Amino acid sequence: MHPLVASDAVSLRMMLDNREVSATEITQAHLDRIAETDQHVSAFIRTLDQSALDHAGDIDRRLSAGSRVGALAGLPLALKDILCTKGVETTCGSRMLQHYRPPYDATVVRKLREADAIVVGKANMDEFAMGSSCENSAFFPTRNPWDLERVPGGSSGGSVAAVAANNVPLGIGTDTGGSVRQPAALCGVVGVKPTYGLVSRFGLIAFASSLDQVGPIARTVGDAAELLEAIAGHDPRDATSIPTEAPDLHSALEAGVEGLRVGVVREFMGEGMADGVRQVVTAAIDRFAALGAEVVDVSLPHAGYGVSAYYLIAPSECSSNLSRYDGVRYGLRVDGETTEQMMASTREAGFGREVKRRIMIGTYALSAGYYDAYYAQAQRVRTLIIRDYEAAYAGCDVLVSPTSPTTAFKLGERAADPLAMYLSDVYTIPSNLAGAPALSLPVGLDHDGLPVGLQLMAPVLGEPVLFRAARALERELAIDSTPRGPGSLAQVAA
Amino acid sequence: MSLSTDDVRHVARLARLALSDQEVESLRGELSDILAYADKISEIAAADVPPTSHAYPLRNVYRDDIPQPSLPADEATAAAPQAEEGRFRVPRIVEEP
Amino acid sequence: MSVAPDASTQAQRAARDSGVEQAARFEAVIGLEVHVELNTATKMFCGCAIDFGGEPNVRTCPVCLGQPGSLPMINVKAVEYAIRLGLALGCDIAPSSQFHRKNYFYPDMPKNYQISQYDVPICLGGQLEVATADGSRRVGITRVHMEEDTGKTIHMAVHSERGAISGRIHGAEYSLVDYNRAGIPLLEVVSEPDIRSAEQARAYLTELRAIVLALEISDAKLEEGSMRCDANVSLRPVGHSVFGTRVEVKNMNSLRSLGRAIDHEIARQTELLSSGQPIVQETRHWNEDTATTSTLRAKEEVFDYRYFSDPDLVPVEPDSDWVARLRAELVELPAARRSRYAAEHGLAPGTAALLQSSGLAGRFDEAVSAGAPPAEAAKWLTNEVAAWCNERSVDPVTAALPGAHLAELTRLVADGTLSTKLAREVLEAVLAGEGSPGEVVAARGLAQISDTGALGAVVDTAIAGNAAAAQRVRDGNTKAIGALVGAVMRATKGQANPGLVNELLQARLKQAGER
Repeated sequence: MHPLVASDAVSLRMMLDNREVSATEITQAHLDRIAETDQHVSAFIRTLDQSALDHAGDIDRRLSAGSRVGALAGLPLALKDILCTKGVETTCGSRMLQHYRPPYDATVVRKLREADAIVVGKANMDEFAMGSSCENSAFFPTRNPWDLERVPGGSSGGSVAAVAANNVPLGIGTDTGGSVRQPAALCGVVGVKPTYGLVSRFGLIAFASSLDQVGPIARTVGDAAELLEAIAGHDPRDATSIPTEAPDLHSALEAGVEGLRVGVVREFMGEGMADGVRQVVTAAIDRFAALGAEVVDVSLPHAGYGVSAYYLIAPSECSSNLSRYDGVRYGLRVDGETTEQMMASTREAGFGREVKRRIMIGTYALSAGYYDAYYAQAQRVRTLIIRDYEAAYAGCDVLVSPTSPTTAFKLGERAADPLAMYLSDVYTIPSNLAGAPALSLPVGLDHDGLPVGLQLMAPVLGEPVLFRAARALERELAIDSTPRGPGSLAQVAA
Repeated sequence: MSLSTDDVRHVARLARLALSDQEVESLRGELSDILAYADKISEIAAADVPPTSHAYPLRNVYRDDIPQPSLPADEATAAAPQAEEGRFRVPRIVEEP
Repeated sequence: MSVAPDASTQAQRAARDSGVEQAARFEAVIGLEVHVELNTATKMFCGCAIDFGGEPNVRTCPVCLGQPGSLPMINVKAVEYAIRLGLALGCDIAPSSQFHRKNYFYPDMPKNYQISQYDVPICLGGQLEVATADGSRRVGITRVHMEEDTGKTIHMAVHSERGAISGRIHGAEYSLVDYNRAGIPLLEVVSEPDIRSAEQARAYLTELRAIVLALEISDAKLEEGSMRCDANVSLRPVGHSVFGTRVEVKNMNSLRSLGRAIDHEIARQTELLSSGQPIVQETRHWNEDTATTSTLRAKEEVFDYRYFSDPDLVPVEPDSDWVARLRAELVELPAARRSRYAAEHGLAPGTAALLQSSGLAGRFDEAVSAGAPPAEAAKWLTNEVAAWCNERSVDPVTAALPGAHLAELTRLVADGTLSTKLAREVLEAVLAGEGSPGEVVAARGLAQISDTGALGAVVDTAIAGNAAAAQRVRDGNTKAIGALVGAVMRATKGQANPGLVNELLQARLKQAGER
């Protein structure tokens, strides 16, 4: 592996500042790595080699001229194909939008460009972000660099696999019920779901508007912090954007956890968790105590209802959000005698199985006679879960749990059982319902040599303490995040 | 919670999905299972609990009434599957609005 | 309006029992839903400018085209306008209201849902006092809510010789959609079912329109669709309190068609009930050409809109200071203005109402404060100015007639400088932008000739040239003087003071006779 692709983003940025390397060299090394490995991993729907090199060349010229460059200058990044890029195909992993070229840039994309991050490609994903394995992409499944027969998790599986495969140091995903954290756990990288409203949703193709949030993916906590600082902040185009500055994560990062109260969520440590996950997670939590944190037991009594509430709220919102795909203004059209038939045939052909399933659930849940029992009741449960968190944070600074009940599963293993797939998100969903930030940190490997993620959670806008706790444990554990072992990319690519 | 084939077809009509017979049948089972699981929330007596739509309580988020540039000419219909003289073209419409 | 299932059965039974003079035994129960398109600078949820005409789809952006990833942002001006209308109608302004999504598929809706307000609208519970020939009536306002307009669809039929032509939805082969209108803010004003006749319905709509115009929140043109009205009509036996089965009637685009459609619907329902047939709950389409209504949608086809609060938007909670300020700034409302016109200026209610409905009340106030006699100013505005604007499709509100100019015109007539006929010509020139009345008179040399010396010479010439007519006058045929007046007017291009001409002619012909 080229040393540039093995390096983390903060180090690359430092080397660029010191003129030890050029942005073009960094970009080219990563494009070479993609050319070499993506045939095995299939992380990208589309790579953007030329525009990436053009941007890198421009950064190098500015550096030589002594002009300003952005905070992420020269750092290659994989962008989930759910964020609109002006004039560049944005598919959302769907046949419906296979050839769709947005007329505008998402706010996050604009901020990344202003920060001079190099977008090297649009990453694969479960169609419309619905899925936990990346198998619901309309185009192809992405594979886990730790074991190519296994899924990378989803829905941000492409961005996460690209980071894990050293194709890029940075990735952008979106997390509606765990779609950044769960794949990050399964691929052994850091993935963050920020506070709802911290990062603009403008130009993020909606799945479930009250839950969707853009999040950073990286191999280190420090890199994830850099990326979050660059994309966070108020956006006047998003009414749900919190009017606050991007958080200052830098100054908190190395503060350690001594005296911090770490709550272990009782409900998330019970049955349904794989033994390997339990062992690694328990060992990681013990290290918190060794670092001087006070580890306490806490309860979120209603968290067990999270998946149920989520699978009413998210499909309800998605059924409405996805109504606009009708073959009239953009995207796929399948001809029909009448407009009504054209719309129905277009939607039938353009959406995959899981998307149709969720549209059907949501339409049913919102339809006359069911609204109160389903959507409204789910929103009351949401209130109860928020109250649970508030009570827990009265005695804790951060909460911890496993990110996912299992490590990466085999491709096809859960495809036939949607409910089993939904339960992959049992520990991640409550944070989305509560609008609070959470982070998945790689904390070790199970007996099969597959990565295990620890989920850290903090109160709304509690990103500084969240990153601080994660960084302390990362430093303590000193995990090697390079995929290795039987069936891994290391073996195939070697 | 068990849905009938007619239930599924009715919902598919509302959702404008031309499902195949086979899809209707498989969705009938899947939807019944998923809704039965989701229905767990009915166990909670929460009538006195206010619903939450967003965790962060924002209010009164407005935009000033100042015109911004619209898309350049022809760009609106650039991605249209079918357009005619600057308008989006659709097959004949059966239902009245 | 709530619908009791047994009400129409009750009505049917009453109809059967009574046998004769059915029409008199039923009472119409009518509620109106009025949509007002706001004249804000930009759309409800995006910065696209609001304008009319021009190329299709040029005032569109990712938001109002429903492009993936776009998000709505509420136009604060539209909220302000909603509050102002609510205050004018005596509504309570909700301390917290919300936007919902109304989900249904239709190609004129870019997102296939309309952002609208549902169970928590911004204004609740007002009333409107309307005057008709049989007295005044208080009509309750259920609510006023905000929503976004749809795009416009034209339906195309392919004609063997003329190619593709636009027409009605039925028989069309395809349709074309323009989203320039999509996203324009609308206020929907829903009345209580307090209206009992077509006349009251027209009076209600007229008064609501006058309020909207006074608030300057819309140009409120029924013919052009910037104000639209649907009617819910049901019948019940006189004296009963339970509502009958209601029918919604759509597509009335003038005050006249609203009245005709309601009268027609009342007659249709009366006939059905009188012959013992049930009323079907449905939506009917008014056809202006045939003066009939036809079924648009039966109740079974009523959409399941799957309302839920729009997760892209947050609640609207106008603070009390803002509402108090808007209340304090509220303009004088039409009813108050009519009373004032009667009390201060002695105007008849009809004249005052006409000034308002034609949008000229502001001009009237200006003219009066600039010194015009109120009756004169009202006469000029409701006759000449309204007709001039109407002929040229000019919005009276924007017509180039400052009150000071109208005051000047009335002065020039009063002091004899202008005859009424000349004054009309001057007014047209002023409206055409040629300047103040004084400037027009000077530029065109239009001042009335009232100089006895100058006119005397013309009068003498006229008598000399029309000897026969002059003789008939001398012989006592007073009507014959008309020919002589006409000759003087022709000679002076109409500028001679007619009173003075008459006087001079009489004097000269009398003198001659005595001689």
